[in-house]
Amino acid sequence: MDASFEPKIIALVCNWCTYTAADLAGTSRLKYPANVRLVRLMCTGMIDVKYVIKAFLEGADGVFIGGCHPGDCHYINGNLKARKRIRSVGSILENFGFDPGRLTLQWIGASEGPEFARHMTEFVDTIKKLGPNPIKTRMIL
Amino acid sequence: MNREIPRIGVYVCHCGMNIAPQVDVEQVAGFAGRLEHVVVARDYKFMCSNPGQELIEDDIKAHNLNRVVVASCSPRMHEATFRKACQKAGLSPYNFQMANIREQASWVTADSGRATAKAKDLVAAAVRRVAFHHPLQTRQVEVNKSVLVIGGGIAGIQAAISAADAGYKVYLVEREPSIGGHMAKFDKTFPTLDCAACIMTPKTVIAGQHENIELLTYCEVVGLEGFVGNYKARILKKPRYVDEDKCTGCGTCMEKCPTRKIPSGFEENLTFRPAIYSPFPQAVPKTPVIDADNCRLLAKNKRCGVCAKFCEADAIDFNQEPRHLEITVGAVIVATGFSAFDPSPMVQYGYGLYPEVYTSLQFERLNNATGPTAGRILMKDGRVPRKVAIIHCVGSRDKNHLPYCSRVCCMYSLKFSHLVREKTGAEVWSFYIDMRSPGKLYEEFYNRVQAEGVHLVRGKVAMVTDIVDQPGSGNLTVVAENTLTGRNLRLPVDMVILSVGLQPARGAEEVARMTGISTDGDGWFTELHAKLAPVNTPTAGIFLAGCCQGPKDIPDTVAQAMAAAGQATALLAKGTVETQAEISSIDPDTCSGCRSCLEVCPYNAIYFDEGRRVAVVNDALCQGCGSCAATCPSSAAAVAQFNDRQVMAEIDAILA
Repeated sequence: MDASFEPKIIALVCNWCTYTAADLAGTSRLKYPANVRLVRLMCTGMIDVKYVIKAFLEGADGVFIGGCHPGDCHYINGNLKARKRIRSVGSILENFGFDPGRLTLQWIGASEGPEFARHMTEFVDTIKKLGPNPIKTRMIL
Repeated sequence: MNREIPRIGVYVCHCGMNIAPQVDVEQVAGFAGRLEHVVVARDYKFMCSNPGQELIEDDIKAHNLNRVVVASCSPRMHEATFRKACQKAGLSPYNFQMANIREQASWVTADSGRATAKAKDLVAAAVRRVAFHHPLQTRQVEVNKSVLVIGGGIAGIQAAISAADAGYKVYLVEREPSIGGHMAKFDKTFPTLDCAACIMTPKTVIAGQHENIELLTYCEVVGLEGFVGNYKARILKKPRYVDEDKCTGCGTCMEKCPTRKIPSGFEENLTFRPAIYSPFPQAVPKTPVIDADNCRLLAKNKRCGVCAKFCEADAIDFNQEPRHLEITVGAVIVATGFSAFDPSPMVQYGYGLYPEVYTSLQFERLNNATGPTAGRILMKDGRVPRKVAIIHCVGSRDKNHLPYCSRVCCMYSLKFSHLVREKTGAEVWSFYIDMRSPGKLYEEFYNRVQAEGVHLVRGKVAMVTDIVDQPGSGNLTVVAENTLTGRNLRLPVDMVILSVGLQPARGAEEVARMTGISTDGDGWFTELHAKLAPVNTPTAGIFLAGCCQGPKDIPDTVAQAMAAAGQATALLAKGTVETQAEISSIDPDTCSGCRSCLEVCPYNAIYFDEGRRVAVVNDALCQGCGSCAATCPSSAAAVAQFNDRQVMAEIDAILA
């Protein structure tokens, strides 16, 4: 493991829960690694699998998806649709040589600022262990 | 409009000392200035201030900008502010994007260099994305001029009265047979010792008689759909078995009912009620209900009908069925309150085991003139207690139960101390962890009660036991540590009051789900902003009042109820709401007619046009969740402001 490796992680998060939790982590001045870049979406249910694939093909070392807890979705059940899609894309990634651990889906509610910071820290850790996106070092497609 | 060459202005905010110096804002602005299509990039102390906004407006005119990016705080904070500034300068408010470099960079990143690098990425993403923004259309739709209030405690009653006084129709829904909630059970209220009934009854009467308020008691909201200005609520009207229009509230049925040994919920199970009952004498409405689970005729199919025989108004109707009502309202106020913590799991306090251990609500009833003892503080054997212990923080501030402070218990415990001293002259020992009396005249009340000779012991009670050290000194022993003297204490007492904490009301979870309100880790409803939007929720047109949002006392509850009513009526007074622009559309030229989108749409907002063989979005129903966009195999469906090009541009720029 390269100790100096600083991964770049895309986080696709829903406006109502996880983005709000990130705001709360900010307001509470909780510190977490600076490797994650948030992309705000209205709902995890609008995450097209091609966003995930695109992120990996462009060199993202990890993709984090954060939505509302089941039952809390602002749009009734978008988070559950996301879960289904993310499961399917996980298996596709594996076929192309990406460790499925590079993609994660977590439920983080609007009031869970500390949980947001913890998830960021843990996911950055996981990705550091997995090393850089293999697409940077060898041909995948 | 799509084809125009983007001319982007980027504004990096210092936010005083909040973003700068942790993020090197000059460096970020310099970096932004070199990005594609960026015409002007500046940094400024406070972008949200008037001069900050004018800076944007002037630049739009001077540099002929057609896109704007502000890198500052969360869009949840100031997106509306900057959109308005763009609009003032003649630019579409949708040709704007925010980069959140405060909550996501300066405040959360320990290293300044890394914070700056992250801020640059976020700015680059916003710039790349905004190039694909274009003006969006919205419509004005009419607002239904009525309000639904869920919950008929003091919060719901006050919110209903305030909204009704403003001239709007209010539906006040309460699941119990009458309104009043917890406050109707109280005797006195701290710190003024106003009699709760004296200040509550006028409110319930006004709510019951107001020409604009329709009371829906013994009803529950079972469904809510729609959007701001036009909510449709489904309400279950449980069978009362008493015709509300015929009943005169004479009470003969309750006197004659032969089933009399049902624990009274209103009296906290201290006494019994008949199967046909009205919770308390001043109940609004007065119409009783038949408890179908305990009625001889309804539950046991026995020959009875005594109530019907004695009812001169012929109001008893055993054939009533549950009914569903549908109402349309413009705004919803959620005021579902709290439930008191049940101390049974804390076996060390002996609740349910020793008859002289009471919860605070039971003690309220014991104190109340309409309660089981007609307001005399008596033990179950009829004697007056000589020594009473009050235990604070039962359930509250306890990692095993409720981690938070329930806010009202110290004050009501002091009130109990005063009442016991006043009514019985008994010795009072009050055990607290920390005394919390923040509020107008609260500290003064604390001092007054102290001066009345109450023993205040700082320490948590370890246990209450019936092992009596000296016979005749009391039937219970309180074992505690006085943490100020460091001494252990074994105190014989006659009566123990458990000052139980507050927790979310039974069924709060379903209400949250139905209304789309999120809850915090403890189950309380989350407001839109902890300080600046305390009665709003993330869903426009749905407001919060009272304890459903967190424990609070009566003054705070009433203030919040009035605030919620103010917000709701402001919405109704405006008359129209702007539809949201961020909704889905389906490109008919690309749509293959596969209908996958119809299946995933949670709002049934997509229909299939048989003539053209394409799916079409009904923009009045679409909420913009994007389920269709993510499902569409031909990328024909897209949510405005979150289309593929915009999201992909953001991802591209971050990874560039």
